[in-house]
Amino acid sequence: MNKPITTSLFAIALLASAVAGAADGGKQNAKGISGDTVKIGVLADMSGIFSDLSGEGAVTAARMAVDDFVAEQKPGFKVEVVTADHQNKTDVAASRAREWYDTEGVDMITDVINSAVALAVSEVTRDKDRVLMVTGAGSTTINNEQCSPNTILYAWDTYSLANSLGRTITEQGHDSWYFVTVDYALGKSIEYDATKAVENSGGEVLGSLHHPMGASDFASFMLQAQSSGADVIGIANAGGDLHNAVRVANEFGINQSQKIVGLAASMTDVHALGLEVTQGMLLVEGFYWDQDDEARQWSKRFKEKTGKIPNMLNAATYSAVTNYLSAAQEQGTDDADAVLAHLHEQEINDLFAKNGRIRPDGQMVHDVYLYEVKSPKESDGEWDYYKLRETVPAEKAYQPLSESRCPLVTG
Amino acid sequence: MDIFGVPVQALMAQLMIGLVNGCFYAVLSLGLAVIFGMLHVINFTHGAMFMLGALLSWAGLYYFELNYWAMLFLAPLVVGVFGIVLERLFLKRIYKLDYLYGLLLTLGLTLIIEGAVRSVYGVSGKPYGPAPISGVTDLGFLMIPNYRLWVIVASLLVCAATWYTIERTRLGAYLRAATENPKLVEAFGINVPVLVSLTFGFGVALAAFAGVLAAPIMQVSALTGQTMIVIVFAVVVIGGMGSIAGTVITGIGLGLVEALTKVYYPEASSMVMFLVMVLVLLVRPNGLFGGVE
Repeated sequence: MNKPITTSLFAIALLASAVAGAADGGKQNAKGISGDTVKIGVLADMSGIFSDLSGEGAVTAARMAVDDFVAEQKPGFKVEVVTADHQNKTDVAASRAREWYDTEGVDMITDVINSAVALAVSEVTRDKDRVLMVTGAGSTTINNEQCSPNTILYAWDTYSLANSLGRTITEQGHDSWYFVTVDYALGKSIEYDATKAVENSGGEVLGSLHHPMGASDFASFMLQAQSSGADVIGIANAGGDLHNAVRVANEFGINQSQKIVGLAASMTDVHALGLEVTQGMLLVEGFYWDQDDEARQWSKRFKEKTGKIPNMLNAATYSAVTNYLSAAQEQGTDDADAVLAHLHEQEINDLFAKNGRIRPDGQMVHDVYLYEVKSPKESDGEWDYYKLRETVPAEKAYQPLSESRCPLVTG
Repeated sequence: MDIFGVPVQALMAQLMIGLVNGCFYAVLSLGLAVIFGMLHVINFTHGAMFMLGALLSWAGLYYFELNYWAMLFLAPLVVGVFGIVLERLFLKRIYKLDYLYGLLLTLGLTLIIEGAVRSVYGVSGKPYGPAPISGVTDLGFLMIPNYRLWVIVASLLVCAATWYTIERTRLGAYLRAATENPKLVEAFGINVPVLVSLTFGFGVALAAFAGVLAAPIMQVSALTGQTMIVIVFAVVVIGGMGSIAGTVITGIGLGLVEALTKVYYPEASSMVMFLVMVLVLLVRPNGLFGGVE
């Protein structure tokens, strides 16, 4: 179906490389928009454990971005969105990405929640020289050991959450910590980053315990954490484990004597648990629907379409797609190198990101916010959850480039 | 005084928590054992029924303002009827086939039930709360929420009542006889298919009862049953498939073993049951309390 396009592209590429006097292995570097269409692929978890964070919300955000961009900019090219469920399987995700790049002419893939999936798709993207804007996953491996010039870690990473929480809470005088950590890569990396932040701020880590993923009851773990006598219990897990840990803390009254911090918690968790249980909990987010007028207006439109208030990842997907399309329009091409170069030069200030910029390791750094969960009395309505405690500026929130383990930076 | 580096007080507290979990395992496994003992069906929907019980107790409160106590009665009833419908529609067709078909059928049904709940309510689940019994009791070594004490009492009562019904009443005698020789029992004028349907309904109602008990403690989500079902299967296998008293004792015992593991080596706390299972099966292939078939 795409044969004529591929053939003509190849011809142009050959010509171009002949003119430049350097063959580059058939890499697509023809200028202009291929097929006169920019195609965005939303590769999301539509039905699995991350579907509340990603799923329909991610698809809606991407479509909104495209509709808004086309309506406002009236670009000279068509924009299409394709979507697929990666089912949290790396092989499914990688083969879908390959198919999209090879036969469907997809230019940019986004969402890819689940770090293992993101890493698999990142490799395919680098291989095919396209663009991956990760707005779902947040493992620091994506922009360290396995960083790629074609991948942008756009929304968040575990370092920024663990570091911001560890530092600010310790600086507020709550300086002894105990970690309840899930026994796999995610938990351990969060605990590692938070420990560093606590110790660098003059705090002390009294201990930690590692529980299996999907543990049936957290009473035992949380009571052990309580008896450590630490000021702060940092919970380094996610999803159902986080929910059950926080519920137990509330049930046994542990949250009255100690501070409970969900190191990877988000608004989706607060919504699932309710304010009664989560009140007073501290967490870090890059976006909150009620943070300013622009966010409120956009969130209202989003809610009309989905029935839900958007989370940070939804807003990030909207922002990523919008900025990608602008870059393609400015450069007049969907060629990956040109678009990526353009994106790396921009300062990003939009609905989602404030003082954002994309670093050489692929990390998009932007301001993040330390929020405290309101009590049921303070809350005005179903989605009124947070009060702002502190804005953490972009340069303080993220892992400094000097500590990067990314070969693109370390050389 | 310390035992292997853990103060006795802390150990007692952890064992108490383990007892609460053991009670959940006991009630859940009991339903599974009753169904297997009477129907010879390996009921994989048990975890989903547990989840439905928990979800119904949330839904009752949220949509109809039916409190916990009403739902403690209503949810098992609704789930029991749902179970009977499933049994009449699907399960009764496979009694003559190999065990494996029952397993596959119920696994398929589980995926459909959980998928349906997930598509309506998402995966994060719903908060149930606050617990219907508030306050804490000071046991000296642990400030335990009163609700958890109630879980222990309610579970043990239900287990005892079930054991009594099956082992000591006329109805139980019919049931046991119908398992041994259905044709002969029918010849005495007893409607065996109805008896079988009711047994399945009762078994899944037990799962729903455990679900209502769990709702104020655990997050109610589509996936709630998945962690439970694996544990509960281990309990039934260790106890001896179909043995009522054996299942209850094993459930509570494993809750305690798990609690000790959580103190000394939490990483292994999900695995320890299967370690016990392997050891038991090596020594007693029919389980701790299973008779020789």
